Amino acid sequence: MPAISFQSVSKAYPSPRGPKGATFLALDRVSLDIEEGEFFGLLGPNGAGKTTMISILAGLTRANAGHVRVLGYDVQADYAQARRSLGVVPQELVFDPFFNVREALRIQSGYFGVKNNDAWIDELLESLGLADKADANMRQLSGGMKRRVLVAQALVHKPPVIVLDEPTAGVDVELRQTLWQFIAKLNKQGHTVLLTTHYLEEAEALCGRIAMLKSGRIVALDHTSELLKAASSNVLRFKVDSELPKVLADKARITGRIVQFPANDALAIEQYLAAVREAGLVAHDVEIRKADLEDVFLDVMNKGHQSVAALEVQPS
Amino acid sequence: MNGWQTLLYKEVLRFWKVAFQTVAGPVLTAMLYLLIFGHALESHVKVYDTVSYTAFLVPGLAMMSLLQNAFANSSSSLIMSKVMGNLVFLLLTPLSYMNWFVAYVGASIIRGLVVGIGVFAVSALFTDISFVAPLWILVFAVMGAALMGTLGLIAGLWAEKFDQLAAFQNFVVMPMTFLSGVFYSIHSLPAFWQGVSHLNPFFYMIDGFRYGFFGASDVSPWLSLGVVGFVLTTVSGIAIYLLRTGYKIRG
Repeated sequence: MPAISFQSVSKAYPSPRGPKGATFLALDRVSLDIEEGEFFGLLGPNGAGKTTMISILAGLTRANAGHVRVLGYDVQADYAQARRSLGVVPQELVFDPFFNVREALRIQSGYFGVKNNDAWIDELLESLGLADKADANMRQLSGGMKRRVLVAQALVHKPPVIVLDEPTAGVDVELRQTLWQFIAKLNKQGHTVLLTTHYLEEAEALCGRIAMLKSGRIVALDHTSELLKAASSNVLRFKVDSELPKVLADKARITGRIVQFPANDALAIEQYLAAVREAGLVAHDVEIRKADLEDVFLDVMNKGHQSVAALEVQPS
Repeated sequence: MNGWQTLLYKEVLRFWKVAFQTVAGPVLTAMLYLLIFGHALESHVKVYDTVSYTAFLVPGLAMMSLLQNAFANSSSSLIMSKVMGNLVFLLLTPLSYMNWFVAYVGASIIRGLVVGIGVFAVSALFTDISFVAPLWILVFAVMGAALMGTLGLIAGLWAEKFDQLAAFQNFVVMPMTFLSGVFYSIHSLPAFWQGVSHLNPFFYMIDGFRYGFFGASDVSPWLSLGVVGFVLTTVSGIAIYLLRTGYKIRG
């Protein structure tokens, strides 16, 4: 039985623009199974439908069509069981200003009917570096500390399935490392983890399998290693001081002065460097590196449904 | 504690942590009304022939404070959670819509009763208070607070901004409480306005409540009980329906 199962799930929202009654399709017949014990990554640009998927899973939003199950429990029909199985870290940095950290965690335990939970709450506080903040009011905490409390709140009832919706957005390096160590430990203990993130290197390092979402559809779904294998194996990277001619720029991934070309062999590398020289530019800090998940991501997003690497999920 | 008890506890703790604002403030306001209106009108107004105006005023003020605070508790808690986004912590839990209803309305009843008792306790320093039929007092206090807590729940679900909630409070709750006979017996009104007052459910809450103190009222307490019971059942039905369908809280 899958830990999380989406079956042909669609969701339309009223369109903010356009004529009255017009809708915007946030999810278009998405099907996806995540097995127990997986560390699964859900990637996609803003507005691709990642948060909508998580909202439907968590019961915050209802799907227009299809079924979503957590450990076999339908998120609508068996919502109580489904929600007991889920621990969700929301994307927004929200908190209740009336309570301190320990009170917030005790209250959250109580909602799930978990009694005498102080031992586990202490362990959570310790593992997330919050032990000395237990009696601090939520208002007094920094953004990073509030984020840690959000994670602790999601885990008070020891859910077998953990969902993290961009948990490291705007978070410092130290917290990211603390957080990932802790989540990786829980995953080793058998918890299923579903992660959405903008940091592709995190997904690459942590996730065993990855789905890429674009305009409400899954455009790639495979083991992380397979996705990397299928991408252009090497990337030529260098810096230039002026703008590249359009013919070259169209083939490159450009970040400020940094230019990167997919290049599979020495010939391609020579041709790119020659073209740069002919354009009257000088390439500095030239290096050749292995393709990473970001290359795969951009490749899939640009090609959309034609991605060679991607395993297309057919709508049923 | 199980799920709904925790939510009830949290809702009570929420107002208790700021009791200066949520309990002491309303009690002081009621006292100011009592001192000023009592002083100005004591010698001019006689009610039910035997009851002094100040003694008449106390139950009305206590009930008005109780009703307004019961409304404020559920409505302000919900709107704050919605605006701040922390309602998500509750939405992610296995709590049922009936759990939500019982906890929010329960906390409103507790806040209403605490404020009402506070008004009496302080009023007792200024005037003698009689309790002719305590059971009627309790029944109307609890039902009135439940009704207003439920109405606050509906308003809190409906409102998206503090502004909308304030409009509900200022243009619906305030006029209906002030025009319900808190400060006067409706028998002192012209016939037309007496008729209008009989259409105001708040009138029955206050009139029935007052019966418990003096054994006299504008209408029979049984009629008041019937009207308040009917309105409470109706608004509860609406609130439970809204919670069940996730009105404005689940997309």
